[in-house]
Formats: sequence, structure tokens, C-alpha cells
Amino acid sequence: MAKQYEFKAPVLPYLLVLPQMVIVFIFFFWPAAQAILQSFYLQDPFGGRMIFVGFQNYSKLLVDPDYWQSFRVSTAFALCITLSAMTISLFLAIQANKKIRFASFYKTMLVWPYAVSTLVAGVIWLFLFNPNVGVIAYVLKHTFHVDWQYLLNFNQAFFLLTMAASWKQLAYNFVFFLAGLQSVPATLVEAAEIDGAGAARRFWKIIFPLLSPTTFYLLVMNLVYGFFETFPIVHAITQGAPGKSTGILVYKVWRDGVINLDLGSSAAQSVILMLMVIVLTVFQFRFIERRVTY
Amino acid sequence: MKRVIVLMTVLCMAVGLYAQTTVEFWHAMTGKNGEMVQTICDQFNASQKEYKVVPVYKGSYVDTMNAGIAAFRAGQAPAIIQVYEVGTATMMAAKNAIKPVYQLMAENNMKWDPNIYIPTIKSYYSTSDGRMLSMPFNSSTAVMYYNKDAFRKAGLDPEKPPVTWPEFFEVAKKLKASGMEGGFSTNWISWIQLENFCAWHNIPFGTRSNGFDGLDTTLVFNSPITVRHFQNIYDLSKTGVFIYGGRENKANPLFTSGRVGMHFESIGGYGNMKANCKFDFGVARLPYYPDVPGAPQNSIIGGASLWVFNGRPAAEYKTVAEFFNFISKPEIQSLWHKATGYLPVTQAAYELTKSQGYYKDNPGLEVAIKQLTNKTPTPNSMGVRFGNMPIIREIEDQIWEDILSGKISVKAGLDKMVSEGNKTLREFEKLYK
Repeated sequence: MAKQYEFKAPVLPYLLVLPQMVIVFIFFFWPAAQAILQSFYLQDPFGGRMIFVGFQNYSKLLVDPDYWQSFRVSTAFALCITLSAMTISLFLAIQANKKIRFASFYKTMLVWPYAVSTLVAGVIWLFLFNPNVGVIAYVLKHTFHVDWQYLLNFNQAFFLLTMAASWKQLAYNFVFFLAGLQSVPATLVEAAEIDGAGAARRFWKIIFPLLSPTTFYLLVMNLVYGFFETFPIVHAITQGAPGKSTGILVYKVWRDGVINLDLGSSAAQSVILMLMVIVLTVFQFRFIERRVTY
Repeated sequence: MKRVIVLMTVLCMAVGLYAQTTVEFWHAMTGKNGEMVQTICDQFNASQKEYKVVPVYKGSYVDTMNAGIAAFRAGQAPAIIQVYEVGTATMMAAKNAIKPVYQLMAENNMKWDPNIYIPTIKSYYSTSDGRMLSMPFNSSTAVMYYNKDAFRKAGLDPEKPPVTWPEFFEVAKKLKASGMEGGFSTNWISWIQLENFCAWHNIPFGTRSNGFDGLDTTLVFNSPITVRHFQNIYDLSKTGVFIYGGRENKANPLFTSGRVGMHFESIGGYGNMKANCKFDFGVARLPYYPDVPGAPQNSIIGGASLWVFNGRPAAEYKTVAEFFNFISKPEIQSLWHKATGYLPVTQAAYELTKSQGYYKDNPGLEVAIKQLTNKTPTPNSMGVRFGNMPIIREIEDQIWEDILSGKISVKAGLDKMVSEGNKTLREFEKLYK
């Protein structure tokens, strides 16, 4: 049990947290309040007119099949990224954790993509796969005769986005999995081995349960990443194409607010996203965390 | 004695600086175009001592417009801001935020004739009764680029580009048959194949003079001729004669890398073509359907214009008015035109450039000017002026992709573009009513 300190002076503790509170207020509560306020108005971008419309910005979204389509594709996208980024990085971490030649070289290389910004990652994949200029696209078309045109083919577009976004997240997951694996006591694994447990059994019965805090943490982080931080990838690679089929929620918020200047709807969408983040976090920490053995 | 002189000089300079009015000019021009903005401002600043214009690069058109909006809301707006053509209706409707150019010129007793500007350019930025709201700056129009080497290889006459759409499609098929990956591609499906297509055929894109006469306008471009045009392109996409290259100007590499033989792009991209095409290319007018009465009419512009924000000190407006007059001079316009590939916005600048023999080496630029001034603009060809224009273009881009990928038929797709576009027009009308 950690020792608790008590301040004698009644004001000092408040003064000490004040800087943090000011920052949180200015950069979180104030914009959030603005967004909530704006979501009830129809307004011109220059602030000349503001018409109160109640919940109209919300109701329009909720009856809009395109918004639900965007919601579905965002969910599918986040789940696919989480699944692929986590399984691949776990596999790589296990391999890199073995006693092999050049282990530290592999580790360094695998961590490297983490230094690449998400937007740059998007652009790299764009230059590889764009049907007009991409190198791999050219090979796909001319050597393998694949009809590669993700601008008009949703499956190809979705696959490409998932690959690019997962690749960007691999390094992050890899670091955590590797650290998690290294903290698994070697004695336990050796004891199991002596008892005759095979490699698969050792992994599922000993290593995987001991990794669960890491896995849980990464699950949260990957879902949040997949939902809310993949904007630059979509922006660079598809811009929502074909049609609006890959226009994920965060991309739509930006597009409607910044380019289309539909501030009311954009504000309503960001409030909905905010609620989603809150619900997601509460749900994960209250219900899933309990089952995780630490 | 020497010290006194130095002191006097410094004092004079200080007084001079103090009396000089400085205004900010926010723009979105990069590379060569950005350098030219700086050059023009430098020349203006050097031409007199009272006024100074400072150009500030603010990012893309979208970034610049958003920066202007944020600055205006914070009471920190610059005097001059460059706004792209699709932002025109939003700027016009923001009556509290802007000072119309005709008013600016009148208030500052400037000698200024709005009729020096090329009619199609002037009309785009004027009210329907001819009062100019923003200053034409960088204007372009859509043209056809074609690969002369590919024409030769396919046994076609490189000096006779197709003039009508039926001819164009035949040539495209021949180009593909000659071994190219495809026949043609296009940029800007919304601006070139819809907005310019309608103007060029003198058919309405929307009611109320394409939105010039009021906010109670509706889109009507889903006419039989447009459906026929889109059906033709769609059919050719099935046989690979048409290759889709993406939205906005993303299809350019298809042409510059020699994969298609003909391409539609802004004349503003002329410099880029010259730099990137490793083959002999030509510029031709947009094709038309010969059975449409009145076609070809005139094409319409794209690009951006300069808007003046409200609420600045009077001295700044005098500076802006002087600056606008300065950039409208034939020699400045001609300089801008030759360095950037954007069109000269006045007739005099065109004449001047022509007299210098510039079009002998750059015939493509003259093709664009002639196409733009082909006939006196009609209500169908002055331009388009719709609220929420970025949304309308986005709808068109999205549904065009749905048409190409077979999710919706051509006719149903165009109908959907119109009905969804009209929804967003009604919202704009509701907001500004």
C-alpha cells in the first residue's frame, strides 16, 4: 500500500494542479464545449449567421445511410487493422526473441517504421500502389495481369489501406510484445518444457496468459489507432474513394468541416466521435480488464 | 557633419516608413507561381513609396480560405485573400465579411474600367448585373492535350486533333489500337466534363443563370446530352479506351508517361506538361457534339480571384485599390501570363503578349484564350455560382466513381448527382435567406 501524503495548506495542492488543469481546460474542455455548442447550429463560416436548429444536425446524420456506411467501414477497418497488426507483430516479436544471429539487427529494423509519421507512411504506400505511378502497381498489372485499380475497386482499396495502416502500427506493437515476452520468467517456460509441454502448449498455457496485460493494452491502443488516427492514411491514399466507400468517420469530419465548411454537421460528428471514445474506453476498462490476469 | 547627415537620413527613412501603409496579401501559390506573386508585389512596392503589399503564403487553397475565415472571426483578417473559384459563392454570401471590388474602387476614386477584363473572366466574379465583386487574378480554362508522337505512330495527322466528340472517340480507339495502354483520360470530371461541358454546349448547368441570379437555383445538368456523353465515356472505360486516373488533377501521369494519347486538363497545367512530357504534344479546344445547336459556345474559367476583407483601416483600402490597378496593367498581366501559364485577365494583356510574338512558340496558350473568348457569354456560359460548391463537386466525383465501378447506371448516377446536389443547395439557401 502506497503511503499517502496530506497537504496542510488548503490552497497549495490546487495551485500545484492548476497549470495542468489550465492546459486541459484550454485544449480539451473548451474545444469540446465549442463543438457541442456548434453542433446545435447551422452557421456560415464567417460567423455572420447562426441559426439554432436543435438536434437537426444529429438527426440528419442518424437517418443518413451514408453515415452508417461510414460507421460500418470504420469499424471494419479498425478491427482489421487491430487483428493484422497485433498478430503479425506478436509473431515477429516471438521470432526476434529467439536466440538467433543478428537478433538486434532485426529488432532495430522492425522498430524503425515507428519513426515514420502516419502521413509519410500513407504517401510511401501511395507511391508503391497508385495505379498511375506506383511501382508495385505496375508489376501487378504487367507481370501478374491483375486488374489493379483501387480507385474503383472497394476491396482493393480497403486491403491497401489496412496494409498501410497495419504496417505503420507494427513497430509500436512489436516493441511492447517484445518487452512483454522478455519479462516472461524463463524458469516457468523451462519447467513446462521439462514436464513435456510442446512449443504450442507452452505458448498458449504460459506465455500468452502472462502476456495478457500487454495484449489488452495494445488492443485498446490499436482500436483507438484504427478508429481515430488513420486519417492521414486515408487522406493520402484514397481520399474516401471509390465513391465514398472508404470515407471513414474521422475523414468525413475533416472533409465536411474543413473543405465543405459545413461546420454544424462536422461539429455534430465530432461530438458523436467523442461519445464513442468515452464509451469504448469505459467499456474496455470496466469489463474487459477484469478478466485479464496481471 | 557626417553624423548629422546620417541622422537626417535615418530620420527621413523612419518618417517614410511610418507614412507607408502596409497590407497583407494571403495567397496559395507555390513554386514558380509563388515566386511570381513575390515579384509582382516587389515591383508594385518599388513603383511608388506610399504603399506596400506583403504577400504571405498560407498553404493550399483550402488552407488559405480556412486561415482567412479563422482570422476574420478573430478580427485579424488580412486586406487581400486569394480564394479559389468554388469558394466564390461562400465569399459572396458573406456580405458582412467582404468589400466588393466595385465598391472599393468607387470609394477610393480610382480610374478603373471593369470592361478591360475578358468577358468570361469578368462575369465569373461579378453579380448578374455586372458589378465586380473580386479581382480576377489567376484564371485558367480546360483544354485538351494530345500526344503528337502517338498520333503519328497511329497514322493520324498530328496537326489535326479531333474537333467533335464522335471524332474524338474514334481517334481514342485508334490510339489504343496502335499499342497504347488506353486512348484518353481526364482530370476534374466535375469542372471539365460537367461545368465546362455544359457551358461549351450552351446548355444550363443549373437554373437561374447557373446560380448567378439567386440562391433559389437548382441543378439541371442531367440532360440527355450529358447522359449521352457520360454513357460514351463509360462504354469506352469497359474496353479500356478510357482510363480513370483519379480525382482533381491526379490523372496527369497517365498522359505524361505516354500511357494514353489524349487528356483533359487545365491550361494552368501547361508548364507542368512542358516539363514532364518527353514527347511532342499539342493543345486543342474541347471537343463538342455537332448536333447540339449553338455548340461550341465558350468555355469557363477556373483558378482563383482576390477578395478584400471588410473592417480594415481606410488607408489600407487605398493601397489595395492601387495594387489592383497595378496588377491589371497589360505589362504586369503579360509577365504573369508568360511565367505561370495562367491566362491574361485583360484583353490588352493578350494583345500585348501577341504583339511580342509569344504565341508562335507557345500556341497552346492562345488556343485556351480563343476558346474562352469564342463567343459572348450567355447565361449558360458566364460561369457557375452555387453555394456549397465543394460539396457539389465532391458528390459528382464520388458518383462518377460509382458509375465507373458499375454500382449505378449512368442515367441514375447523373440524376443522383443532381438530387443530392440540390439538397445541399437548399441548405445553403436556408442559411443565407
